[in-house]
Amino acid sequence: MSFDYFEHAADIGVIGRGATPEEAFEGAAEAMFAIMVDAAQVRPLVLFAFAFAEDDLELALVTWLNRLLAESRQRGLALGRFSLNRADGEWQGKAWGAPWDANMARGTEVKGATLTMLHVGQADGAWEARCVVDV
Amino acid sequence: MDMSRLQKIDACAWSVPLRAGEKRAPVLLYGSESLLASMDDKVLEQITNVACLPGLAGSAMTMPDAHWGYGFPIGGVAAFDPDQGGIISAGGVGFDISCGIRCLRTNLDLQQIAPHLERLADALFRAIPAGVGEEGKLKLTPAQLDDVLTGGAQWAVAHGYGHADELEYVEERGQMKGAVPGNVSEFAKKRQRGEMGTLGSGNHYLELQVVEKIYDPAAAQAFGLHQGQVLVSIHCGSRGLGHQIGTDYLVSLAKAAGRLGIHLPDRELACAPINSPEGQEYLGAMNAAINVALANRQILAHLTREVFGEILPQASLETLFDVSHNTCKLEKHAVDGKERLLYVHRKGATRAFGPGHPALPERYRQAGQPVIIGGSMGTGSYVLAGTRESESRAFSSASHGAGRAMSRTQALKRWQGRELIRDLASRGILIRTQSMRGAAEEAPGAYKDVDEVAAATEQAGLAKRVAFLRPKACVKG
Repeated sequence: MSFDYFEHAADIGVIGRGATPEEAFEGAAEAMFAIMVDAAQVRPLVLFAFAFAEDDLELALVTWLNRLLAESRQRGLALGRFSLNRADGEWQGKAWGAPWDANMARGTEVKGATLTMLHVGQADGAWEARCVVDV
Repeated sequence: MDMSRLQKIDACAWSVPLRAGEKRAPVLLYGSESLLASMDDKVLEQITNVACLPGLAGSAMTMPDAHWGYGFPIGGVAAFDPDQGGIISAGGVGFDISCGIRCLRTNLDLQQIAPHLERLADALFRAIPAGVGEEGKLKLTPAQLDDVLTGGAQWAVAHGYGHADELEYVEERGQMKGAVPGNVSEFAKKRQRGEMGTLGSGNHYLELQVVEKIYDPAAAQAFGLHQGQVLVSIHCGSRGLGHQIGTDYLVSLAKAAGRLGIHLPDRELACAPINSPEGQEYLGAMNAAINVALANRQILAHLTREVFGEILPQASLETLFDVSHNTCKLEKHAVDGKERLLYVHRKGATRAFGPGHPALPERYRQAGQPVIIGGSMGTGSYVLAGTRESESRAFSSASHGAGRAMSRTQALKRWQGRELIRDLASRGILIRTQSMRGAAEEAPGAYKDVDEVAAATEQAGLAKRVAFLRPKACVKG
């Protein structure tokens, strides 16, 4: 699993790659949270889990990313590690993180994952998940 | 942008002729030839997509500061007629609903604050929660938050944040009607609990500025501005609640559009007919987010006054105006000589009512609405006044900022936050931020020439320049 970025004039494009859609989604989450905080500084002190249902693979990516944003904000957590599984049409997500502290190098807040340049598909034998996030 | 696709109307207005087989409403682009030539082709693609949406009144248009956004371009303006099947679009408003600028005029001149500038900048940075992960001191119960969702800045004033008489200088008198807290998800409400009275991140800022040049003495007098005067501009929006409403409705309206048979050239244009249950639901939630933004800026203005009061007890900070950038509002406009009630989407664009408009406070009735074009932290900003001409040209709309000329990822490759802050300090501009990455992304060189944007805004007849403001200190999120 890996992540990368692509160009957008005002905001930032995130890309996750992996052997499965789930891995690619995890990569996209890492890309998105790395905009906000240096993941190396986020210790996995708190774990939370959640589930969501979404049949549309692309909308599932946006739902996953936005759910992580919402959960992290309302829990006051910086996130650095992610896990996603899918079974019977339901997505089961987990994330690990730590409360924000003064020593964390702050980046730029992501407001939401958008449907712009949204794509989930296979390329060169690997899954790729990408979209623009609004900052 | 591919200029060969455009047809020049005048020096700062361009139309986009239909291609063979193309069916859409007219498109207008405002801006000088050089501004348009430097815009991404995506701006044209996005505004052309907007012109395909149902019930569009007149033209879909972009302001001189337009750049590539998501769904709508940033700087996009489009009005829809509910009686003609017109739609309301979550993508046409954006995630940061009612992001805008509260501008405060002080009774101080630069020479009075100059000896205290470092102290002011440090104290404001301590008092104003800014940046990702930061929370405000104000924690609201669910019932209190529902009151904010309907009360807006009026709620804030009733709870000790500011003065009732300044609400006259806030759009909607500080309270957006039609807010429906029940249409706002519990997620959105929970996200807001720690975020009232916070600045946010990205391009949000609190800036101390000095009036460097007056363009229109009569309008400046009406706005209470003079050369050398210190102003404070606060740029922020509806925080986590607005972001979550954008998130919630983006997906639900995208699905609704499919169900309702609305063809979306871009899924980000997620929308529903204004008169549909889905459209009305979003409208009620969006209006609630507008109230959160108005309350948030009211609280931040109050915190700013407290800081000034501690350091410069003689300081008085009055609200010049409070304008929103990301909204959809019901307004009366004439189209083809006929007056119609339209839902005007402004995404990264400012309302700019001209002289005589009944919504303006008496003080500004002759001069027109104050319009603020917020520039980068190293260049400057403009105060303008709305014009009568803008009513017929752009549904009384104008530019909202300098507009990005370079992506954030490119800016990160080109500048380093610490160096940039040192460079600006050497030019007499103090930056306070927790995020070196954010500072680099917001480098002045990543923005268009604000002078050109303001001049083009005036030349296009959208608003006329009143004053130029030079930054002296900036708290960045």
